[in-house]
Amino acid sequence: MELIKPDSKIDFVGKIKWALLFSLILISTSLISLIIGGGPRYGIDFEGGTLVQIKFLTTVSISEVRVSLDNLAIEGLRVQKFGEKEANEYLITMKKTTGELEGLSDDIKEALENRFGTDSLEVRRVEMVGPKVGEDLRKKGMLAVTFSLIGMLIYIWWRFELRFGVGAILCLLHDVSITLGALSLTHKPIDLPIIAALLTVVGYSVNDTIIISDRIRENLKKMTRERLRNIVNKSVNQTLSRTCITAGTTLMVIIALFFLGGGVIHDFAFTLLVGICIGTYSSIFIASPLLIVWERLFPKKRRR
Amino acid sequence: MDKSLKWRIILIVVVITITCFYLAPSIFKLPSWWESTFPSEKVSLGLDLQGGMHLLLEVETEKALSNTIDRIVSDFKNIFLKERIPFKQIERVGSDTLLVEILNPAYKEKFSKILEERFPNLEKLTFDEKEGIVTYTLGLTPRNKEYLERFAVDKGLETIRNRVDEFGVSEPTIQKQSENRILIQLPGIKDPKRAIDIIGRTALLEFKIVNDESDINEALKGEIPTGCEILYSKREDKKTGEITKEPFLLKKRTLLTGEHLTSANVRFDQFNRPYVAISFDSSGARRFETITGENVRKRLAIILDNNVYSAPVIRQKISGGGAIIEGNFTTEEARDLAIVLRAGSLPAPVKILEQRTVGPSLGHDSIREGIKSIIIGGAAVVAFMMIYYLLSGIIANAALCLNMLIILAALAAFRATLTLPGIAGILLTIGMAVDANVLIFERTREELRTGKTPRAAIDSGYAKALITILDANITTLIAALFLFQFGTGPVKGFAVTLTIGLIASLFTAIICTRVIFDYFLTKRRIKKLSI
Repeated sequence: MELIKPDSKIDFVGKIKWALLFSLILISTSLISLIIGGGPRYGIDFEGGTLVQIKFLTTVSISEVRVSLDNLAIEGLRVQKFGEKEANEYLITMKKTTGELEGLSDDIKEALENRFGTDSLEVRRVEMVGPKVGEDLRKKGMLAVTFSLIGMLIYIWWRFELRFGVGAILCLLHDVSITLGALSLTHKPIDLPIIAALLTVVGYSVNDTIIISDRIRENLKKMTRERLRNIVNKSVNQTLSRTCITAGTTLMVIIALFFLGGGVIHDFAFTLLVGICIGTYSSIFIASPLLIVWERLFPKKRRR
Repeated sequence: MDKSLKWRIILIVVVITITCFYLAPSIFKLPSWWESTFPSEKVSLGLDLQGGMHLLLEVETEKALSNTIDRIVSDFKNIFLKERIPFKQIERVGSDTLLVEILNPAYKEKFSKILEERFPNLEKLTFDEKEGIVTYTLGLTPRNKEYLERFAVDKGLETIRNRVDEFGVSEPTIQKQSENRILIQLPGIKDPKRAIDIIGRTALLEFKIVNDESDINEALKGEIPTGCEILYSKREDKKTGEITKEPFLLKKRTLLTGEHLTSANVRFDQFNRPYVAISFDSSGARRFETITGENVRKRLAIILDNNVYSAPVIRQKISGGGAIIEGNFTTEEARDLAIVLRAGSLPAPVKILEQRTVGPSLGHDSIREGIKSIIIGGAAVVAFMMIYYLLSGIIANAALCLNMLIILAALAAFRATLTLPGIAGILLTIGMAVDANVLIFERTREELRTGKTPRAAIDSGYAKALITILDANITTLIAALFLFQFGTGPVKGFAVTLTIGLIASLFTAIICTRVIFDYFLTKRRIKKLSI
């Protein structure tokens, strides 16, 4: 079976203007959303705060939950629905934390039990991250991201020429900023698992770009007389089948995770879903055609 | 060629056998002779999957220092009174220094001698003499400070470990993290509030005498007699949840602490109300006897963490070293109190820095949903590979299955925990592991189209795809390794499964599938590839 005909001759390089325009729209939407939102919204892992996940055994509306917590007068308290529609599950988050043994979660549980009865609810998850730990985690997260980016850059630099590396890195920034924009647009907070997902996206995106670059490099050696534009086009077409199939199989499992993985993993799967779609698009339409742009800016003598 | 094929088959068989050995304990219940000869590690589930509590505590070591200084202050006062040294004041300043003001410079030498002989852990920080008043600022020596801080954390760790042991949690993790932090993981805990209460309570038991000579109402207005303090007894009405506070005016001096406890047990009175019976060691018993003998008809307050539990009147001298703590307890509260008293008090109070609790039902749901998505996502990939690459797809699928098994076996062998993001990592590996085979197959198809024989096509397909596969996997591996290095908890779990999965996929995709192809091409001499 073949989804993509082996002799496909799509002119990807010719479409670079459209691709750049499309990407520009996506990136500016992301940036605008991030600017309006005052930067990415961090979850309690990085900001510090308290999160309580409550499951009600009876049907309780979100406004009822809010009203019953009003008396506690906690600043920055947010109530969100969680999981499936009929699950009657809520996520209550607040900025406040306490180092005391009598935690905030107990106050919340008490307030809800007073309103809805003692056996009407179950506290399924409590997370409290103090500001000090939040700062630690933020620092560690930054280190993880920075070091992996540097590590990958060095590897690409060592294995390929600089011009491939630049394309891969630009692509990567493109993917991450659009994914961050998608998180910001959907009001999803950035937590530790999201950082893990973002790094996976980065790895995948670089991976994709490398495979195409590998083919371009191979073809450059074989077809010394051909114009670069044609070589790039040919290489992208040759690897197109692989790019699509791998994206397809990876997306299959991520979609399974997104729909069936449960509420806790939902945002994680969402990040991967957006990131891998964008990553696949960018390695086909952006990374390799960028080589041509690079060539125009810094022409090499041995090639015309 | 034939010889290398034989060796590669042997390698694969060895890997599969090792995998099975490591997987067996997690799947079957094995006889004991097996467990004693072969590896018996099981795949352990993270707290987010089995439910439980993750707690990061900070020991307030400053408090341990200020407690020490307070003790020194009262020692000084006693010595000064005994040696008849006139002083204006002796008191603690900040958390780790104290101020001594002597009224007569003639006692300077005597003071220096006392300091040298009896307080080697103190050093003079400043000295001043003005209008006949000698002022010293004293501080703990850096060595002693460091010792006290370390002791506070180490003793706290030990005490918490004892309490957890008594509480009865299976496979708890209690370890020191950085200088003054303690990490506690309690899998499967059902009542997190109670666990925190037991672990985190300082449980400093003190006996003090109630000052009934002065008027408590005057004291409440702010005129507290010297050497006295006001503490409260808080009582909660079990039905209404209402808390009533009753003030007590106490003489500040602690007569006896829980340090001398040897046992604490729950007993019931004639109305079946629980109370905690405690007994002292011989020196504690002697002190208790003296205290009660000297204070007959006064009230003795029993104080736990600055909360007055009861203040019974001493009717007569009590010898034998036993006492009881009453306090309107439920049986459970009394039992918890007995546990913390037996395990001893924390040398310094603790603060919660981070708490993550997952209820057992959520953990259960997470496992179920995780496995469901693995099965469905995995099945979709397996089906696709079979339809798209036919028999070659089946070979790739076999490699994929082996990959999963190796991941699980490696988790057991390295005693790594499987977390929810870890499951996501496995799932992601499924997607990416087939990538290696997709690369090889696509390349082989290309070679076939140029008119090569199956043998030659497979050879050059593998050869040309190999470099690409390595490049691609190493970059992802770099990201995974740094995630492992800096990640915490669940994220680390993700990095672990992803890393193992990537390495395993290199083995399964490049070596295992190749062996199967080679076997069919050389032994069976097939003429056409089903790809």
